Amino acid sequence: MEVNTILPNNNKSAGQSKTKLRTEAANLYYGSFQALRNIRLEIPERAITAIIGPSGCGKSSFLRLFNRMNDLITGARVEGRVELDGISIYDKIIDVVELRKRVGMVFQKPNPFPMSVFENVAFGPRRHGRNNLGELEDIVERSLHQAALWDEVNDKLGQSALSLSGGQQQRLCIARVLAVEPEVILMDEPCSALDPVATLKIEDLMRSLAENYTIVIVTHNMQQAARVSDMAAFLMMEEDRAGVLVEYGPTSELFTNPKDKRTEDYITGRFG
Amino acid sequence: MEMRTGFHKKLREIQDDILVMGSMVEKAILHSVQTLKAREVVMAKQLIADDVKINRKRFEIEEKCIQLIATQQPMASDLRTIICVLNIITELERIGDYAEGIAKIVVMIGDEPPLKPLIDIPRMADKTVQMLRRSLDAFVNRDAGAARQVVAEDDEIDNLYNQVFRELLTFMIEDPKTITRATRLIWVAHNLERSADRVTNICERIVFIVTGKMEEIGASRY
Repeated sequence: MEVNTILPNNNKSAGQSKTKLRTEAANLYYGSFQALRNIRLEIPERAITAIIGPSGCGKSSFLRLFNRMNDLITGARVEGRVELDGISIYDKIIDVVELRKRVGMVFQKPNPFPMSVFENVAFGPRRHGRNNLGELEDIVERSLHQAALWDEVNDKLGQSALSLSGGQQQRLCIARVLAVEPEVILMDEPCSALDPVATLKIEDLMRSLAENYTIVIVTHNMQQAARVSDMAAFLMMEEDRAGVLVEYGPTSELFTNPKDKRTEDYITGRFG
Repeated sequence: MEMRTGFHKKLREIQDDILVMGSMVEKAILHSVQTLKAREVVMAKQLIADDVKINRKRFEIEEKCIQLIATQQPMASDLRTIICVLNIITELERIGDYAEGIAKIVVMIGDEPPLKPLIDIPRMADKTVQMLRRSLDAFVNRDAGAARQVVAEDDEIDNLYNQVFRELLTFMIEDPKTITRATRLIWVAHNLERSADRVTNICERIVFIVTGKMEEIGASRY
């Protein structure tokens, strides 16, 4: 895989780049249960921000705030402000389909559609009204290149996506997201179903994508967060099980000299 | 197909940093002996002030190593390399201190008349710097054989040191008024002898990077 990437850490840090996503006093409830409490966070543009924390602390719920995936859960309710480029995405005027085009998502298990490699990538653009075959071919090729998958699948675009390996399927899902030209890519444990080699490939890909996209990744794999991210946020549960933000800062600092004792305890394996 | 390109790029940067620091230290050693030869007290004072730059470089490299260990989970030869870099910069920094020590002696000597023309001390300095440069080449090339060869050459430094010591002893025996000046020159020679020993420590680390085995290769006589 030919990706000439730069390493995170030190290369980018807070304050240097523009804020892409922001939450202010964000609370999330599932019915009467509060899953997230009073979260304030600014996520920089064109960088990788990792959300870490123990199981059940609300990492995935937090991630899903940014493309309103929680809307799909009955009884879910969001309070506070969640912004994309300074615009509140929970406003009534927001078109959720358009929002999810700008804020794409990659899930834990690769979930290609049961159709050809080509059709998987062309699916999104078609849905957004692009039906010219030549144009679609260009989009598919570009997206597969960007996802570092083109060289492996260019001779089997007509084959079922389900015939690809797990790692290839996950990169296909990334290509599928890229095909609709998003600005933000949310990744929810994107490597947890992959072997170590496929994992490193995805991480390398993430680094190259971070030159053009804002990436937010949730991972229970602390080492992965350390390897791949520029910024890291540590969430944990309070006594009522609501997730709170304990610490947020450049990855290089959070993993070498955390400010909060709870972060120190978590990353050194003293709890969690 | 190389993965973790970013991590390996960062490792190469650290290697470049080591070479930069190595060349700073080489210059410090050579300049310190030049100031002694030419009795350049002003330049010697400048050298003393400049040692801080070497120390700063060391902290900068150390910081980068800590970042890589904390965030990249280095394994096998990558891990050995980072650990050895931490050792190598300590040795380099200490050699820089020896050069600074020589410069301090130059300031101490001031404009006292020279005891004798300096021959073997500059030779020691040249040889030490040569050994240092070749040890860092061995590091870049991961060449354990070359590193062992450098260690073997420490005997030459020891011989030169011995020679300087005996010669100065003769001066002191013949004329006790020379004791102060002769002792200062012995300190200089001793600093150079210690510097070369530090180079052999660097070489041992290079052998460890390549073979994974920790061994003391050749004990210095001093």
